[in-house]
Amino acid sequence: MDQLLHMLSYSFAQNALIAGVLVAVVAGLVSRFVVARNMSFAVHALAEVGFTGSTGFILLGLSPVLGLLSGSLLTALFIGGLGLRIRERDAVVGVVMAFGLGLGVLFITLYARYSTAIAILFGAITTVSRGDLMLLAAVAIVTIVGLGVMYRPLTFATVDPIVAEARGVPVRFISIVFLLMLAAAVAEAVQVVGVLLILTLLITPGATAERLTSHPGFATAASIGVALLATVGGILLALLTTVPVSFYVTTIAFVCYLAARFGGPAAERLRGLGPTSQPPAD
Amino acid sequence: MSTDGARRHDGPALPATDAEPAMCFDRATLAYGDRVVWSELSMTVPQGEFLAVLGPNGSGKTSLLRALLGLAPLAGGSLDVLGGPPHRGNPDIGYVPQHGGFDRDVPLRGRDLVALGVDGHRWGFGRLSREDRAKVDSALEDVEARPYADVPIGRLSGGEQQRLRIAQALVGNPKLLLCDEPLASLDMRYQQEITDLIGGWSREKGGTVVFVTHDVNPVLGFAHRVVFVVNGRWAAGSPDDVLTSETMSGLYDAPVEVLRVRGRIVVVGESSGAGFDIDEPHHFPEPVGAHH
Repeated sequence: MDQLLHMLSYSFAQNALIAGVLVAVVAGLVSRFVVARNMSFAVHALAEVGFTGSTGFILLGLSPVLGLLSGSLLTALFIGGLGLRIRERDAVVGVVMAFGLGLGVLFITLYARYSTAIAILFGAITTVSRGDLMLLAAVAIVTIVGLGVMYRPLTFATVDPIVAEARGVPVRFISIVFLLMLAAAVAEAVQVVGVLLILTLLITPGATAERLTSHPGFATAASIGVALLATVGGILLALLTTVPVSFYVTTIAFVCYLAARFGGPAAERLRGLGPTSQPPAD
Repeated sequence: MSTDGARRHDGPALPATDAEPAMCFDRATLAYGDRVVWSELSMTVPQGEFLAVLGPNGSGKTSLLRALLGLAPLAGGSLDVLGGPPHRGNPDIGYVPQHGGFDRDVPLRGRDLVALGVDGHRWGFGRLSREDRAKVDSALEDVEARPYADVPIGRLSGGEQQRLRIAQALVGNPKLLLCDEPLASLDMRYQQEITDLIGGWSREKGGTVVFVTHDVNPVLGFAHRVVFVVNGRWAAGSPDDVLTSETMSGLYDAPVEVLRVRGRIVVVGESSGAGFDIDEPHHFPEPVGAHH
């Protein structure tokens, strides 16, 4: 405990925690919709092309966080512009991701500092600078406010797209704006867990929440809760040991999911909401 | 329209109304690119009527609903809905989609689905006011869905989900209810229940219904008017006028016989050699032209 308090007196630790909280709120919110809209592949593409943006910006002597954000936002625009039909979406995402990552390989070879690549791939929240923190905070606030404004129509368009369209919800516009917010959330979450482990913050919280409750509002709150627990818990544990933050975050998130997966049905049975698909006993 | 003129043997007396018609198609043509779905459709439907939209798959029944919703612009002619041109998000229109079924795990209860009908289109995080919650409760009550309003929607039967759909469409107190194959994939018992629910709402509230269906029989007791679309052609009028061997043969450009058996209507065509039965899903005769 003393050691933890000592660590927390360092500004890098404070920065990491502040950033972690911001990232977790954004990721938890977005995760609900990523799961409901089946967008895990898009998340991966946004993160990987973000990697390319990041390495490209480092090569130019610019902020890697800004590079990551630019890379993922540009990819989101590209995916949104090229293919929105579900049939096309996966193919377009794959095409863009493959090319983007190829560029990333070039950039990292030119720069020839593989430790930087490792930091982006697996996360390095404890190296976040004051300036990057301000950027992360600004992006987080814009994303949270944007999602707050879109929350109801986005929910409608996600769970019931045909009726939403009939009721005048601009379904197309919303899906493009959501893609941009997703790109921002990806750029944020990469700071904590890195490109390769991005799904731990953008899928696991939402998937866990779905297992916990069928109340949409509670599910969103639970998703944010899981993301916060994993991120803040992961950062604190990492401060006490030499194991990287990413490991703890992925482990905590996974344990949450397992608990919901196997604890959720048990709780449901207690409330009498068990599976109704059981064959009749005749 | 006089009340006398609207009285029919199989339908209710229409409420006398001096309001504008629910919809008025005037030489309306709908096309996607070069493909004309239906052309020069002219039909006026007074408020309070129950209109059944019939025809084989792909004949443009859903497109007719999309035109009314302002989602599919006409290529020619004009369309007025409730006294004005169609526009997106008209709060006076309720919509019941084809039953698709919800994923078992989607975190959504029946109550939430209905609530989206109240405020889902509004921006913001939102929290239902006491008044709106009362509206949701009463809509659930009207379709007798209160007992399962808090169960995850993916766990409910097709008929239960469709009742919730109807509550969602009616919670905004619309003047016009559009239903796209609401009976598809439901068994016979649920088909009648759902039809009674929709027809009953129309009679009680004087609301207009447009009911897309591949089988006219469940709605025969309610339909004042039918429009049959096939292969770009159409015929509109009372069920007795449209569902005749003569009219149907003209529409299909092939011999088609319409039989009335025990109060049910069966359409039989000769072109396939096997015969078709209007009772069975998707068995309106395929137009001959469509095969070539």
